[in-house]
Amino acid sequence: MPTHSTLEAVSAARWRIAASLTVAMMVAYFGFVLLVAFNKPLLGTPVVPGLSLGMLLGALVIVVAWVLTWIYISWANAHYDASVDGLR
Amino acid sequence: MTSLGGPNVTAIVFFIIFIVMSLGITVWASRKTRTADQFYTAGRSVTAFQNGLALAGDYMSAASFLGIVGLVSTSGFDGLLYSIGFLVGWPVVMFLIAEPLRNLGRYTFADVLAARLRAKPIRIAASVGALAVITFYLIAQMVGAGNLIRLLFGLQYEFAVMIVGVVMLAYVLFGGMMATTWVQIVKAVLLLGGATLLAVLVLARFGMNPLALFAEAQAQYGDTVLGPGRLVTDPLDAMSLGLALMLGTAGLPHILMRFYTVRDARTARTSVGYATAFIGFFYLLTFILGFGAMVIVGRKVIMAVDAGGNMAAPLLAEVVGGTPFLGFIAAVAFATILAVVAGLTLSGAATLSHDLWVNVVRGAHVEEREQLVVARVATVVLAALSIILGITFKGQNVAYMVGLAFAIAASANFPALVLSIFWSRLTTAGAQASMLIGTVSTLALIYLSPTIQIDVLKHADAWFPLRNPGIITIPLSFVTAILVSLLRPVPADARRFVELERQLHLGVD
Repeated sequence: MPTHSTLEAVSAARWRIAASLTVAMMVAYFGFVLLVAFNKPLLGTPVVPGLSLGMLLGALVIVVAWVLTWIYISWANAHYDASVDGLR
Repeated sequence: MTSLGGPNVTAIVFFIIFIVMSLGITVWASRKTRTADQFYTAGRSVTAFQNGLALAGDYMSAASFLGIVGLVSTSGFDGLLYSIGFLVGWPVVMFLIAEPLRNLGRYTFADVLAARLRAKPIRIAASVGALAVITFYLIAQMVGAGNLIRLLFGLQYEFAVMIVGVVMLAYVLFGGMMATTWVQIVKAVLLLGGATLLAVLVLARFGMNPLALFAEAQAQYGDTVLGPGRLVTDPLDAMSLGLALMLGTAGLPHILMRFYTVRDARTARTSVGYATAFIGFFYLLTFILGFGAMVIVGRKVIMAVDAGGNMAAPLLAEVVGGTPFLGFIAAVAFATILAVVAGLTLSGAATLSHDLWVNVVRGAHVEEREQLVVARVATVVLAALSIILGITFKGQNVAYMVGLAFAIAASANFPALVLSIFWSRLTTAGAQASMLIGTVSTLALIYLSPTIQIDVLKHADAWFPLRNPGIITIPLSFVTAILVSLLRPVPADARRFVELERQLHLGVD
């Protein structure tokens, strides 16, 4: 059945994107947490007066969460929706 | 000297305005709440932007506003770890859960599991996880409400708990999801607006430059405030807490339920985008508010009013904006608690009535009228229960209960939910075992942890070293689901996965 193979392709594509973005988020966040846990002095280092490396990286984790969310939305709007519509 | 703790005219005026407005919304919403579908999902009429705000409203509890600002003001950088941890779950909700959930279910996350697996047994198991999360979350919110309102307005604890219980009951009972959603939206706008204004007033004292503020904190309290300090002592514990915060968000029943209030999966997706933007912005503000309170109010003053630091944000508001602004922030904090408790109660009512009564006890053959009646009875029961729990736990340290709720959500609800969406070989027995073991192991390990043994029971040491069990219980729950499913494969469950694949992407046409 042609529809079925397309459905599988849509599923596989969505799973690939979802899994890679989830892994990316986990790497960013747990990388940060591990640095906090294992290298406190490094994160206490000032980057500029008033800003430590830890605060900068922490704010960056929030920015990474935004960017990954934005990547997913633009992928889904551009590709996923079209291929899902193709299944109807 | 602060006027905190005495009756504050502005606070009372703002609070009465909020109550009148929200009850007005409830009256309006009650006319649109005639069917079970409308009661649970607001007729699926909520837009992406509205749902984004409502999700943010459900998630930004008073614990995160007052608690995190307080933690940053007393511990500096370490408090920020919570700000970040509470945000990173949202992309996970987006990538793994939101759209499939919307397409596969109707009212609760258990619908997704029931669509794929044997409905009755799986709904019972899912209800255990859902009700455990909701109960602990409710206790934390109600005790927080009682303490907070006593500190903010000088009202008696029991009286405050009853006000919250009764007003929230009115929202949910009469206005269902429509009223709950709009109360969340109003509260989210007030909270985001109030926090932004507070941050601007703080930054105005530092030439609108956050770095000047942080540098001042460093000058007053030493280099350590900007770097990791004493809160993070055990790396495993830090990882464990991080895992629970990240994956727990995707297992919170009251958050997941919001995805049914929108028209389709596409709208659900966009709404998570808005929610992530709002919540991230809010947690970035906590950087400024926390350090602002540390510098402008001072740690000594903050901790003299409340040892936990919970009054840092209201105290800061008083210093930078005077008593009226303190009143406004206090009213916003009260509104925040009300809205979160309403959301929790509605999702608990959905579990009791839709999952347990309608689908387990009555085998899904239930008339519309009975569904609504049962949902409302469940709401009253939960409201009464939350008042009783709030009064029972008076004076006890319940700060750990939000963490416990996240740990159960991450260990009991998340693994089964994500596997049922993505793994064809998951069986009913596998999912059941995963949810039950996830709940029981989390409860057992928290009981044996320093949080209960040392902090609550005052024993000298604890049997289990970690304060958060997530790093053990989340993998345990996944492994249980996978092992049980592989050891006793059920072809019917796997076939059903294939049958649902189309619905997962297209929804119900």
